[in-house]
Amino acid sequence: MACFAVPAAEAVITTVAELVLRSREKKNAQKEEKTEGAALTLRAEKTPFSRKLGWLNRLLWGGSFLLLFEHIWHGEVIPFFPFLTGAANPADAAEMLHEMATSGVAMAALVTLFWLAMLGVSTLAGRRNAAARRAVKEKQE
Amino acid sequence: MTLLVTAFAAVISFILWYRKAPQDEWKISFLCWMYTGASLMWLVDAVVEYLSVGAAYFTPAPADLLNDLFLGLSVILLGLCIWAILLLIRDPRGVIRKRNGRGGKEE
Repeated sequence: MACFAVPAAEAVITTVAELVLRSREKKNAQKEEKTEGAALTLRAEKTPFSRKLGWLNRLLWGGSFLLLFEHIWHGEVIPFFPFLTGAANPADAAEMLHEMATSGVAMAALVTLFWLAMLGVSTLAGRRNAAARRAVKEKQE
Repeated sequence: MTLLVTAFAAVISFILWYRKAPQDEWKISFLCWMYTGASLMWLVDAVVEYLSVGAAYFTPAPADLLNDLFLGLSVILLGLCIWAILLLIRDPRGVIRKRNGRGGKEE
């Protein structure tokens, strides 16, 4: 009925978080560029967290948008007030809220778990690459 | 059926993206994220429905199957349309920019 609203709400929060983090990382990078220089090139190879948060944003926004389309298809979202057929009367509203609390929360949780798994894979790949680079450097020395 | 169609689209777009990764001139990753997100959400819908109707979930009525197939294909088309608009806006090959530039010179 309106289960997509929960991941969409999470997407709004994570988008704001991404924007804040990105501006903070930019400021920090500028500071470090002035003070350190060479150490920055090593750090720059690491994927910044704001970019990783962007992956979650895209998953949430993309999924929510296509689910919104599905709800329009099924006539659950309408172009006039109250916009959701489930919000027309209290009985339907209760059912809608129940669906949001069960399916909606489960959707947001599954997408977040998927993203966490991606973070794990990304971290492992990063460590493996760093170890390989270190080994090559040691050989050269 | 909608889940199945979208999941196929997610896998195909992932393969297309991975062939040229980490380069992403065509912004195929946009399709990957969108279809994967939707597939995960519809997977939850499918599990919830399976828990309520049981094995009957796997034997839908032909009319429902057809409606879901239409919905799945429409979802794919909508995703592709959004991607095409994004591609036109970003214009990675600079086709539109070049054309506009040339038009300006001709005038």
